Amino acid sequence: MTDINTKIELICFIANLLKDTNHVAVGAASPIPGAAALLAKEVYGSPRHVNILGSVKNNFFTNGAQELFDCAAQGRIDAFFLSGGQIDGSANINLMGVGDYPTNSPRWSGTFGSAYLYFLIPKVILFREEHSRRVLVDKVDFISAPGASEDNIYRTGGPYGLLTNKAFFKFNKQTRRFSLQSIHEGSSLEDILNNTGFSFDYQPNTPQTVLSSQKMRQTLQQNTRPKIEEVYPQFARTLFANTEQTS
Amino acid sequence: MTTSLRELVAHIESGMSVAVPTDYSGVAMSAIREIIRQDIKKLHLIGVPTCGLQAELLIGAGAVEVFESSALTLGEYNPAPCFSRAVKNSTIKLIDATCPAIHAALQASQKGIPFMPLRGIIGSDLLNHHPNWKTIQNPLAEQEDPIVIIPAIKPDFALFHAPLVDEHGNVWVGRRKELVTMSQASRGALVTAEKLYEGNLLEDEKLAAGTLPSLYVTASAVTPNGSWPLSFWHGRDEDSEHLKLYCKMAKTEEGFREYLDQFVFQEVSQ
Repeated sequence: MTDINTKIELICFIANLLKDTNHVAVGAASPIPGAAALLAKEVYGSPRHVNILGSVKNNFFTNGAQELFDCAAQGRIDAFFLSGGQIDGSANINLMGVGDYPTNSPRWSGTFGSAYLYFLIPKVILFREEHSRRVLVDKVDFISAPGASEDNIYRTGGPYGLLTNKAFFKFNKQTRRFSLQSIHEGSSLEDILNNTGFSFDYQPNTPQTVLSSQKMRQTLQQNTRPKIEEVYPQFARTLFANTEQTS
Repeated sequence: MTTSLRELVAHIESGMSVAVPTDYSGVAMSAIREIIRQDIKKLHLIGVPTCGLQAELLIGAGAVEVFESSALTLGEYNPAPCFSRAVKNSTIKLIDATCPAIHAALQASQKGIPFMPLRGIIGSDLLNHHPNWKTIQNPLAEQEDPIVIIPAIKPDFALFHAPLVDEHGNVWVGRRKELVTMSQASRGALVTAEKLYEGNLLEDEKLAAGTLPSLYVTASAVTPNGSWPLSFWHGRDEDSEHLKLYCKMAKTEEGFREYLDQFVFQEVSQ
């Protein structure tokens, strides 16, 4: 599968995870989740509301940057996306950097809203294209946001699953472990085991990820495309580079 | 009532704390370069709630003592070279936070109260390293309910770029209410604006709803293109070529000095 086709499959896969939501918020530098949320809205009519941080047209907040966080704390956001320079087997994420804080090297951007939103949004989808032992580690060097909390901690949200360019895992809140759900075309169980730095639950006969429907890809090309172009022009150019004539 | 950029920036003294907005909210880049030209040092810079090129430049120029924010990101131009060097060599003090905590700290100051409680955070390593956050028992709950309290942040100044300022010193920020929060939380706001509005912003009901009254504004300067090379939400795209050039030059300390010479020190103060 080409890189572009992989991205299209990821967008369609995420869109299918969002069809039971009403309001999806997306961080600024997240073109694939952003495209997926816009596609789900197009195909399923749900989510009804999509808010893309940093966008002017696809952002309806009028009470400033704080409104996203107020909204989350009230339970008004159903799904969100987080990523990590490191993600471990307990779904802890590290956005701070490698090595000991505060002199991390490399130092990444920082924790953003993760230490809060991870607690308060019911369906947080961890999304990181790179599937390697560098990223999927046994234990993160810095916990920007923990995957699970003790029972006495107020927590209405958390990790739903982890999607990479090789596979999709679901997170089990009780066992605090990931379980492999499906393997994308081009990868294999052996490949996943070799490239994952944490232990996880799996069935020897884990199914292959179902490919997107022709209809969904068509909607993406024809209806969602202009909206994606508006928010992520560079990304849209790459994604639809080969389809200039057909659409 | 508006002033020159030079006079606007002269309000900032070395050692002061300055709150600045995130890249999409209106960044006063002209003023940031003027801070460097005026050799203002030891700033406590607060990125609301994250920060980008402005922090990167100020840190590289040695103007920042404390950097308090939830992230420093150059978006698709990451990693930020000067910030990475400063962290590695411990030349700045870091206070790492999470976005809603920065907002909450400013809201506490805005309301004149000592702290604001905030959900989440417990179990994050941020809490172990942050110098001021505390976990308390929710005093209203009968069962165990730990909650983090975020002390108020009261910056000396809020500094940002807005679409409009009028002759009375009122500033139109539209729906960017975080700019209002920042300004009301601070001792005062220093604002560069794209255009001068003829008349009084408060006399038009539609504009008044998005207007920061001059009560909160210490000084304002009309500075067209004031967010360059960053984009401006009210009408301009980023200068991608320049940002690429920056990243290329700032890779080395020498290259960064050259960038400052060429694009900061040779720029004429307005």
